[in-house]
Amino acid sequence: MRKYYDFFKLRFATGIQYRMASVTALTTQLIWGLMECLAYKAVAEASGGSMPMDYSSIVQYIWLKEALYVFFNTWSSDNELFSMITSGDIAYELCRPLSIYSMWFSRITGARIAETLLRCVPVLICAFLMPRPYRMTLPASGAAFMFFLAALFLALGITITFCMLVYMLCFFTIAPQGWRMVLTGAVEFLSGNVIPLPFFPKKYLFLVELSPFAYMQNVPFRIYSGDLAGSGIYPYILKQIFWLAALLAAGTALWKCAEKRMVIQGG
Amino acid sequence: MIEFNDISKSYRIARRGSGFGNAVRSLFLREYDTIHALNHISFTINDGEMVGYIGPNGAGKSSTIKILSGILSPDSGSCLVNGRVPWKERKEHVRQIGVVFGQRSQLWWDIPVIDSFELLQSIYAIPVSKYRDRLDELTQLLHLEDLLKTPTRQLSLGQRMRCEIAASLLHDPKLLFMDEPTIGLDAVSKIAVRDFIKKMNEEHKTTVILTTHDMQDIEAITNRVILIGKGQKLMDGTLEDLRLAAKSLDPEGENSETDIDHIIAGLYARLNIM
Repeated sequence: MRKYYDFFKLRFATGIQYRMASVTALTTQLIWGLMECLAYKAVAEASGGSMPMDYSSIVQYIWLKEALYVFFNTWSSDNELFSMITSGDIAYELCRPLSIYSMWFSRITGARIAETLLRCVPVLICAFLMPRPYRMTLPASGAAFMFFLAALFLALGITITFCMLVYMLCFFTIAPQGWRMVLTGAVEFLSGNVIPLPFFPKKYLFLVELSPFAYMQNVPFRIYSGDLAGSGIYPYILKQIFWLAALLAAGTALWKCAEKRMVIQGG
Repeated sequence: MIEFNDISKSYRIARRGSGFGNAVRSLFLREYDTIHALNHISFTINDGEMVGYIGPNGAGKSSTIKILSGILSPDSGSCLVNGRVPWKERKEHVRQIGVVFGQRSQLWWDIPVIDSFELLQSIYAIPVSKYRDRLDELTQLLHLEDLLKTPTRQLSLGQRMRCEIAASLLHDPKLLFMDEPTIGLDAVSKIAVRDFIKKMNEEHKTTVILTTHDMQDIEAITNRVILIGKGQKLMDGTLEDLRLAAKSLDPEGENSETDIDHIIAGLYARLNIM
């Protein structure tokens, strides 16, 4: 646990090292969130109220997505790790008495939690102060909130183990761009970051729910907003646990494989 | 104690000629060359020794350091460092070694150096009191007082290298492997680094293996020199042995240089390892 905390601390320090970046991030998130609220308002009015999610749930979903943006995005993954692989600076990482997988896992987890804490508080405060239809509200019940928290951390685990898989694949291809572009593009869309998954056509939704992507941000956000409630929550949580275990196993297996065949080039 | 026994390592490298034609051709027909980076190298190093590992560029110096550090596995041969096979028991092995790669950085770019140190403290699980003492000692010897609070990105190369060396020694390793620790440093920093290495050896009996192209490093620090070229060990002895060997290879004495760089250059040329 100690190392997770230390990576967290370090990342928190890195996060506040650049003050202007925090301010601009906040503005971006607020404006983007508000724009999405307005866009869905237009959709809601045009569709005459027959939407797959009701409007207040969508507003919750949008604000959570903006507040927890860093928690779940895959494209802005830790670039230092990619450059460590391509530049060979990973040589130093290999000289540490830990496995690269567990070290990087704690590094990314710490980084994400630290950065999210820095960003989410001001975004959430603003979201709770928005005028009526666009305002963020508390979840329906305490139980819903507990489920939300559980699903949130499971989803974070799935996102990170998925990113770890991408890092591990880089050991085999050297150039990270290809993997990153395809996989992160897929995640962005299929995890409900662009539009919430209930808006997907039924047929496609069925396919998406067979992949791990549907168990990232989709689950906690919909629990919070009340779109998923009661016994409907359980199968989602179970599948989250399954995917977390599966991705973790795949990532560590891939690392074992990479560790054996790795050659650090250059002097 | 380091036993390096009959180690070989080769790399496969894809090659092609220049130009568009060759590029297209290599799409279908890849030509590979095998480079023998290390060819049956053996040596033994005792505790507390300071060994200079020299040879021209591409001789296999870094490969040796990587094998000793446990981050590269050789094709054949055996290696024991304090009774462990480095690449097989990597985690236990690296606890007792410190490594400095002169061309790479282990410090976090954005934040003050001291934060990187504290992370290393937790990675190596160094007890707090021990860490404090060690940090004080290193700070004093490497003159880091003013640097610790500076973000790494704002350090000059020499300042950064002193911090890198301190970072590699925080966990009080018994063995120190340094791959070109003085590369690109100015005279003052070089001397600081050399004095520091000598002190570490005297006070903590740290075994030091160092690769360098700077013969003054070798003169100042080491009492034993291993010369390799084209993956083969050519000489193992004191610097004086090296001088004598150079002389015996050049009996007419047309190159009766006294400058160590010229002696070494002459030696490389005569041994045909360039």
